[in-house]
Amino acid sequence: MSTATLTPTEAVVTATPRRRSHLPGQKPFGPLRVTAFVVLLLLAIGWLLPFLWAVATAFKTEPDAASGDPSWIGTSGPTVDAFTAILSQGNVYTWAFNSLWTAAAVTFITLTISALAAYAFSRLDFAGRKWLFVVILASIVVPPQVLIIPLFYQMLAFNMIDTYWGLILPQVVAPAMVFILKRFFDAIPIELEDAARVDGASRLRIFWSVVLPLSRPILASVAIFVFIAAWNNFLWPFLVINDTTLMTLPVGLQTVISAYGVQYAQVMAQAVLAALPLIVIFLIFQKQIVKGVATSGFGGQ
Amino acid sequence: MMTAATDSTRTIVTGSRTAAPARRAGSRSREQLVSWAFLAPFLIAFALFLVWPIIHGIVLSFTDASLTGAGGGFVGFANYAEALSDPVMWRSLWNTIWFTLLSTVPLVVIALLMAALVDRGLPGQWLWRLSFFMPYLLASTVISQIWVWIFNPQIGAANNILKAFGLEPLAWLQNPETNMLSIVIATVWWTVGFNFLLYLAAMQNIPPQQYEAASLDGAGAWRQFWSITLPQLGPATVLILLLQILASLKLFDQAYQMLGGVASDTTRSIVQYIYEAGFVSYRFGYSAAISYVFFALIVIVGVAQALVTRRRKEQL
Repeated sequence: MSTATLTPTEAVVTATPRRRSHLPGQKPFGPLRVTAFVVLLLLAIGWLLPFLWAVATAFKTEPDAASGDPSWIGTSGPTVDAFTAILSQGNVYTWAFNSLWTAAAVTFITLTISALAAYAFSRLDFAGRKWLFVVILASIVVPPQVLIIPLFYQMLAFNMIDTYWGLILPQVVAPAMVFILKRFFDAIPIELEDAARVDGASRLRIFWSVVLPLSRPILASVAIFVFIAAWNNFLWPFLVINDTTLMTLPVGLQTVISAYGVQYAQVMAQAVLAALPLIVIFLIFQKQIVKGVATSGFGGQ
Repeated sequence: MMTAATDSTRTIVTGSRTAAPARRAGSRSREQLVSWAFLAPFLIAFALFLVWPIIHGIVLSFTDASLTGAGGGFVGFANYAEALSDPVMWRSLWNTIWFTLLSTVPLVVIALLMAALVDRGLPGQWLWRLSFFMPYLLASTVISQIWVWIFNPQIGAANNILKAFGLEPLAWLQNPETNMLSIVIATVWWTVGFNFLLYLAAMQNIPPQQYEAASLDGAGAWRQFWSITLPQLGPATVLILLLQILASLKLFDQAYQMLGGVASDTTRSIVQYIYEAGFVSYRFGYSAAISYVFFALIVIVGVAQALVTRRRKEQL
């Protein structure tokens, strides 16, 4: 019974090649190691269960889901009815597409403007460099939630309520990312740039063809971090977008919960569908994401 | 770090000085121009979407501005005075701090436990990371829907588990006494993976030679963890604590959505009150004032952390 519901994840597990199972120089089967393994396994199961239960519910019929029967498969057998019901409404595609491209736009703009500024702070000499950097560093502590009222006013003034620009632009200022990128640029040997300067390359050219290629790992880290945050952002898109066709996935899904009432299987199918893109991205880019979160998370100090 | 960068730039400048003293002034002012060109895109966005809203928010907090366009007159400190005597404001401030206390401890301790176990290099690395971190990638809407379903008092999985252990079922989100706890459980499940990855990264920065040396001296895994791993996690823990407290203080998304947008006196966070004052009651001026009360709270935490870090550095 339970094996059938577990198959999707098992398939996923076997689909990706095992990356590492390194064993440091300890006894492979010491009692402590076995205990550690069991505790880890229990924790992992505990952490996967809520999501697996959502997946199991999504494959039930509505009456089976509403019956409160705790088995993994409903008495009427598994069905994809809930998924077809959700997908036939069309809005989910629109919202997923909106989420995808607005998050990509936020990521691209944030990365571009932050990297340019970080390069200036790292390599160029200009009046007021120090205090400007201090101001930007200090602004890291400002929680975006504090700004929702004045930003909303601003969007009203700019006529950007219910527009993609109103959704994207207020999300592109990321002082922490400037700081992280500056620290990385600082560590690049200056000699590499000097060689290009002797050849008469402009600053922009050096930035583009010397600094950026060397910074790929940090750029990927920052991009991943910004993308996840933008993809999952709820409060601002929720405030600035009222038009159903412009909504992002988190906001759009939230509006239909009440509309569905007690259709548990459909709500779960919808949650699973919304979760899928980022899970797939994680399965593909696990290494980079793990590294990126660690770098950007720690850089935020 | 910063001084190192300054030094390297200086080297260039002095280098060009000796090479072509005549062009010095020209190239310096060119460098100024180039610098501002590099900075301009960020600074424009920074000024428009961060600096200006901060200033405008302060101005608004001294007015009775509303979304409807009515009002907008200067009212002095009236909004702040009202906020400080508003029991709902204090209640939501307390709820926020309560949530922060309840969530931060498990979010740090469980993350440490997970990272310590995964760092042992047990087989299945890929699966551990997936299980613990995957929920963090889900949108607040998704995790809210999943946990509302699990916490359903009649047919939810949480009560099925309680019944299996012979315990009384709970009303979870529908009971003011347990709704905050329910939000904490969902939040720990949702975000612990982030702290887990930070701890894991900190542990993997510890040179393996230290473990090898300890293991030659006959120290077991347990001993190694206590005398090598844990002591070196101090700075990481301070940072993870700070990031976690700051994140928990911003509670809104999941609390708002798990209760279906209904305001509950026992879960309303300060950010939710900012939202309600602004976008439900349309009192933008008042909402802006509460925003700055919240901001003050964040600044206090930041300053406290800075003091702790400085003390630590002095001790070292």
